[in-house]
Amino acid sequence: MSQPSMFGSLRGVVQRDLLLAMRRRSDVAMSVFFFVIVASLFPFGVGPEPAVLRMIAPGVLWVAALLACLLSLGRVFTGDYLDGVLEQMLLIPQPLAVLVIGKVFAHWAVSGLPVVLLSPLLGLQFGLGGESLGMLTLSLLLGTPTLSVIGAIGAALTLGVRGSGLLVALLVLPLFIPVLIFGTGAVMSSSAGIGGEANLSLLGACFMLSLACAPWATAVALRIALE
Amino acid sequence: MLEAVALSCSRGERQLFSDVTVTVKPGTLLAVLGENGSGKTSLLRMLCRLLPPDGGAILWQGKDIRQLKELYCAQLTYIGHLNGIKDDLTPVENLKVSAWLAGDESSGTIVQKALEAVGLGRSVHRLPTRVLSQGQKRRVALARLWLSTRPLWLLDEPFTSLDAAATGYLTQHLQSHLRNDGMVVIATHQEVDLPTDSVQRLRLTG
Repeated sequence: MSQPSMFGSLRGVVQRDLLLAMRRRSDVAMSVFFFVIVASLFPFGVGPEPAVLRMIAPGVLWVAALLACLLSLGRVFTGDYLDGVLEQMLLIPQPLAVLVIGKVFAHWAVSGLPVVLLSPLLGLQFGLGGESLGMLTLSLLLGTPTLSVIGAIGAALTLGVRGSGLLVALLVLPLFIPVLIFGTGAVMSSSAGIGGEANLSLLGACFMLSLACAPWATAVALRIALE
Repeated sequence: MLEAVALSCSRGERQLFSDVTVTVKPGTLLAVLGENGSGKTSLLRMLCRLLPPDGGAILWQGKDIRQLKELYCAQLTYIGHLNGIKDDLTPVENLKVSAWLAGDESSGTIVQKALEAVGLGRSVHRLPTRVLSQGQKRRVALARLWLSTRPLWLLDEPFTSLDAAATGYLTQHLQSHLRNDGMVVIATHQEVDLPTDSVQRLRLTG
């Protein structure tokens, strides 16, 4: 019997999830449009003063990205839980955490990556300068995977719970705070001319730390949810 | 050889069963019978390590499955009462993905042969599973058994929503698995026409 390698199973899970996302493009598009619309509402709310907009831009765009991630978290495990595929995944002779990493990567690729790619465009709308735009994109590129990795714990913990959407928000949003602080900090200090490298390093550290711990926590939560 | 020793299970306050001791030898089938809610599904989920038993132990070749972990998972194929197939994928894609993840052969021809073995013709191979009937979906899920090379099969109500023809295919396939020294545990609430010489029955009274 041929056993797939750990990497093979990882690739299998990613491919499957991306294929499913392709079949349900509207779901994917919704969270991206949500990001665009939330970010676009602020100029209407606070008025068109360029200085004000430039000042709130990092915070607004980061919070919008964070909410867009939260909105799509429900998709990570719920579908597979309801149709029994998750049950089958638990029985694959590979560490569950590896499969979790695959699912989280696929989630980031369809919900986080589009947000990263759209962010310079929305940054322009807020009048951010070239260097700040670059820093915004870079900080989101480092930060959104962290959001997906941490968010997966919340998604797994609330599996099969009524009103899980709100519960995920309550569980996960406080954990997003460090990422938010360092992400916006990077953009702000770059606009202030200090350079955002320090904050970027901290974002990177957050990513590494969450990648080392969160998949295992998620795997345990999934096992409990399926008992 | 699969052994369950003094297994007990309670859901909430209610004791579903206790002191269940049973051995499944190669080439034999264990039919777990009982009414709705008697704990058949719980017993099966325990046997595939999805549910930790409240008491007792489960041994595979004499070793506790809690210690074997992934090594034990590599010995079994479980088909639960949920089909474990995605509505948005075609039957071929569904089977390929599950075979690939389980480490079984997943080439296109083998998958198509498996689907044909459960009576699903080529006309439905490329349709999204969403548009198939309940019975056809069940057949897609069961087609995994035609790809499986694992010695132990755990099937939860495999005959639900199958017609006479599909029931026949499945019974035949179970028989050939048993002839190859395979082991099968099925949970069912109805008596099914199974080859009698190799079958033992376990009745959960609830």
